[in-house]
Amino acid sequence: MDETQIYARIEDIFEDVFDEASIKITPTLSAKDVNGWDSLTHIRLLLTIEKAFKMKFSTAEIGKLQNVGDLVSLIKARATTD
Amino acid sequence: MNALYTELQWLPRVPVEFAGRLKALENARGSVGRELQAVASYALDLNQLTKLGNALGKARLEGMSLDPLTPFRLAVLSNSTIDLVVPALVASAARHGLALEVIQASYDQVAQEALTPDSKVNGSNPDAVLLALDYRALPLKLSLGDAEASFATVQGSIGYLQALRTGIKTNSGAVCIFQSFPPPVETLFGSLDRALKGTMRSLVDSINCGLAEFVSDSGDVLLDVAALAETVGLANWHDTQLWNLARLSFSDELIPLYTDHVARTLAAIRGRSAKVLILDLDNTVWGGVIGDDGLDGIQVAQGDARGEAHLAVQRLALDLRQRGIVLAVSSKNTDEVARAPFEKHPEMLLRLDHIAVFQANWNDKATNIQAIANELSLGLESMVFLDDNPVERGLVRTLLPQVAVPELPEEPAYYARTLAAAGYFEAVAFATEDLKRAGFYQDNAKRASLQKQVGDVDAYLASLDMTITFQPFDATGRARIVQLINKSNQYNLTTRRYTDPEVAAAENDPKVFTLQVRLADIFGDNGMISVVVCRPAGDGVWEIDTWLMSCRVLGRKVEHMVLREVLAHAHAAGIHKLRGVYRPTERNKLVVDHYARLGFTKLGEESGLTRWELLVDCAQTESAPIKIFRVNERSLA
Repeated sequence: MDETQIYARIEDIFEDVFDEASIKITPTLSAKDVNGWDSLTHIRLLLTIEKAFKMKFSTAEIGKLQNVGDLVSLIKARATTD
Repeated sequence: MNALYTELQWLPRVPVEFAGRLKALENARGSVGRELQAVASYALDLNQLTKLGNALGKARLEGMSLDPLTPFRLAVLSNSTIDLVVPALVASAARHGLALEVIQASYDQVAQEALTPDSKVNGSNPDAVLLALDYRALPLKLSLGDAEASFATVQGSIGYLQALRTGIKTNSGAVCIFQSFPPPVETLFGSLDRALKGTMRSLVDSINCGLAEFVSDSGDVLLDVAALAETVGLANWHDTQLWNLARLSFSDELIPLYTDHVARTLAAIRGRSAKVLILDLDNTVWGGVIGDDGLDGIQVAQGDARGEAHLAVQRLALDLRQRGIVLAVSSKNTDEVARAPFEKHPEMLLRLDHIAVFQANWNDKATNIQAIANELSLGLESMVFLDDNPVERGLVRTLLPQVAVPELPEEPAYYARTLAAAGYFEAVAFATEDLKRAGFYQDNAKRASLQKQVGDVDAYLASLDMTITFQPFDATGRARIVQLINKSNQYNLTTRRYTDPEVAAAENDPKVFTLQVRLADIFGDNGMISVVVCRPAGDGVWEIDTWLMSCRVLGRKVEHMVLREVLAHAHAAGIHKLRGVYRPTERNKLVVDHYARLGFTKLGEESGLTRWELLVDCAQTESAPIKIFRVNERSLA
């Protein structure tokens, strides 16, 4: 899976989780940029991503995530090692 | 995990229009309650439930009417994070007919909220307070092998819960809903944990028992979360990573299941549980089709895997009847044929005197269910309808959306479990009057008179996206053709039986017109469902030697489409007249008017046998919304 594909799927997931179609997904996008991206929606976002990509993130990996770019790198790394 | 529970498989799958219907709600005029309930009635996942719950909250804020949903104010006290649960709970409550408003106390402020008279919860005038606590909320300490200390710990926990109750009762007067406690997965010794006093498992077991006793004495409500966790498996229920990360008490994947259980409990408190179970017969109450397979052919015996699956449905129905649920039957059958197994089959558990209303006829099931509701003087929202056939389920859902209609899996062994899992008959109390209730509705299997047809059946049929395939007999289809010719009893005009070589002879005889018919729809391929054979009978005349159809596709105008096809071929072959005959048997009363309904003229009658004819060029035939597909057709010039 390449980054473009990952971004495309993440865009759908953001729309599903935030119920908002207009969020522009960029590598630097982070919680402060999106209305409603609080700590619990963050958990719901990660759970939805885990389910969609059929992978589980470790607590340490989740703790290091700063923005969408980090998230995509993590998914990419997981997709190749799993 | 078991998908029946995690994916709420008794509910229909979410349609693609889900998002669009939610958006449309924003600009809706008038009351949105009915549409909210309709959208909530699919098997929604956590994100979908969240969106729906938020949409309901928004509609309420904007002052839109949520009628006919019943308002319910629920305060929730919890030692875990319930923010993910609350919108899902609001959506699940809409599924059960409630307009739920949740008053959420601050995280882990259980005792303060319960005991302070003017706390947020006590001041909010709730209808009920849900104590969504898990074992981590209890003052538990291990006291291995020490019966006395263990007893003290259990009493301490029960005392704590009682104190919370007293606080809530005194300060708000609301009903308390307690949750039983799923024990943690990890054991200390292993199996010994169950037996040894003072282990975590033993303590939690004892607390659950004590809680059940105290709740039944106090008149509060118990939500058996421990049973729910056992059902899906403790290791699936508890997700330690999620607890550590976000203080979620149980796995996110089980939130839709949990919120549905909370919602059905709230609905039961409001007296909104179902009261009537309406059963289809063929392939639901027994295996096979009574009209075709006969009393000896249906599968309903102990020792037969298929039969036992259907007996389990009967057992569950009987047990429900014992607790006061009224049983009724809606079946497409001739009345006396449908009653025969109840009267004569030795293995049947259900008998006619268990059934309050017995509707066996050839009308659509929505009309029959309306008649059952009228006969019992109960609302449609009290009815549950169990049927193996997805087309019948779809029809009833479309025309009578108030009736609960569970989806059923392919495998009949899981029918009873699926019906039980859906929880339509949830109750929060059991009184001796319940035992007598089934008797109020004099169980005499009476027939209810039909009113006029409910709703637009044609529009529903059009939505099935049916495709009919016409094809002359061929070697590939022959086995099934022979089977249908020798098995079909009900929709069979002449009941002529033919062997494989006889069918092959018809197939290869250019003077004989043969037709095998298949039907597919949105629910799948029904396979071959009709067979016609016409033989030359003099100059320009075809005699319809055989015309049969599977009762599974009854009421879908297949016979009209078949006639059009026969006429087209007759015309192309220079035939000007079709002759038909109805030969009565014990089982084919269903088609006594077949030719009359299709516009044939009656020529004569002798001891029940009737003869008919239709002039090919003058025939007026009804059309139906079915796509036509032809394979290997002989020329239709």
